[in-house]
Amino acid sequence: MATIQNFLHRNVRARIATLLALPLAWLLVIYIGSLFALFITSIWKIDTFTSKVIREFTLQNFIDVFTDRAYFNVTVRTLIVAISVTLICALIAIPMAFFMARIAKPKSRPVLIALVLTPLWASYLVKIYAWRTMFYPESGFLQWLISPIGGTSPGFGMIAVIIGLTYLWLPYMVLPIYAGMEKLPSSVLDASSDLGAKPGRTFFGVVLPITWPAIIAGSVFTFSLSMGDYITVQILGGTFQMLGNVVYQNFSLNLPFAAAVALIPVIIMMIYLGSVRKTGALDNL
Amino acid sequence: MKLSRTARAALLGTMIFGFTFIYLPLALVVINSFNTNKSFAWPPTGFTTIWWSKAAANDGIRDAVMRSVITALIATSIALILGSLAAAAISRYEFFGRDAISLLFVLPIALPGIVTGIALNNVFTNFFGKLTFFTIVIGHATFCIVVVFNNVAARYRRLGMNLQEASMDLGASRFTTFRLVTFPLIRSALVAGGLLAFGLSFDEIIVTTFTAGAGQTTLPIWIFQNLFRPNQAPIVNVVAAALILISILPIYLSQRLTADK
Repeated sequence: MATIQNFLHRNVRARIATLLALPLAWLLVIYIGSLFALFITSIWKIDTFTSKVIREFTLQNFIDVFTDRAYFNVTVRTLIVAISVTLICALIAIPMAFFMARIAKPKSRPVLIALVLTPLWASYLVKIYAWRTMFYPESGFLQWLISPIGGTSPGFGMIAVIIGLTYLWLPYMVLPIYAGMEKLPSSVLDASSDLGAKPGRTFFGVVLPITWPAIIAGSVFTFSLSMGDYITVQILGGTFQMLGNVVYQNFSLNLPFAAAVALIPVIIMMIYLGSVRKTGALDNL
Repeated sequence: MKLSRTARAALLGTMIFGFTFIYLPLALVVINSFNTNKSFAWPPTGFTTIWWSKAAANDGIRDAVMRSVITALIATSIALILGSLAAAAISRYEFFGRDAISLLFVLPIALPGIVTGIALNNVFTNFFGKLTFFTIVIGHATFCIVVVFNNVAARYRRLGMNLQEASMDLGASRFTTFRLVTFPLIRSALVAGGLLAFGLSFDEIIVTTFTAGAGQTTLPIWIFQNLFRPNQAPIVNVVAAALILISILPIYLSQRLTADK
């Protein structure tokens, strides 16, 4: 024991290696290994009668994914939903976080944060289920709410999916932005107003640029989580479909093809992560 | 920061809208669990507790809750060990490839769950035989590691190395330093990360759908299976209401923890 401690004490590299060995092995073997295997499977064939994977090389799955108009449309629809959800979350979360971190009295801040956090602990399915009862076409709460002013509830479909996903991922957007705004030194804001900037100018010229990495960090969650979702789409979407649904429907019958489709969100996410890395957002995750 | 009246009112308005948006649907679920109407037509037709007693007597639910709790406990334990080890290395030392490795540790939550799910499913079914209970645990532990890692790494970054160095300069061994200095300092981050990991695992459905062996019904899978059965709707609703009420507990716990600081 003592000799091991001595050795680790003198050797920084050995120390790092000891700490990292197990967690790194888990992630590399199980996670990256699986992702790699998924990629390999996507360039294999399938026996169309038995649905068994045949280990022979083919690019057909990718050709199918990228040439069929239907899959292109699903990808575009998925992107529209993911971008809408991210934007709406940001629009609600930025003022909320600003209010909680800067306007509310310091005493009431923990309470407000707890109020935002509580639904994060409520079950995913429960929340979507709650919106299903809201959106129920004829007897739902929204119908009851809107009908007196002559409207009708949108029912199940893309709008319901966007609202449901916004609801699910809103806390993931509020929390990093709140953390970012709370760290903002008051002196910076005072300096801005001393130099004659009106609150609006201070907000857009000082607060927003400084908290930008936190906003991007939030968007990584809302964007990624929306893009891969298929259960909310099943519960709230009616006939509406996203990439996740295509993967889910194909995965028992044609795994290589499902694997090829599943790589679309991976590629989009990689591009997104790569393009925001420089903002320092990933340290805020 | 000084704000005009209208700006203040607008911000307050967004707060109120935000909180209504967050709580209205949850409140409806709880109210509907006492609704006599089976299809939850609004407004409720009458008050009853029959759905609650029916749900309490349901064996399927009890079985699913047990499985979910055990899964979450094992996955959280694995995540606590592996996540804090990784955090200790990545946030305290500079070394070659550190950025790439720290990106690797956030990847399981940065990539969509369905990708993790189908990737693990592919490996377990096509290369290692079949799905079991433990394949669920492995899937859950993989994303739970990230949560613990994030919490503990943030704590280490804030602490710096000064206290540990002081302890060792005063003659404490590495192990003693960990036991008496480092561990007490990161304990609340471990608890927070562990709670979050437990919550995530307990609630997870997407990865679970792809990694659960035959008959391995966790609570979210039970809810999903029964969601579209009109007969079961009131009981599913009671489970949902119960989960909402229980979810107040971890919030209370984490509030207490942060209040200690």
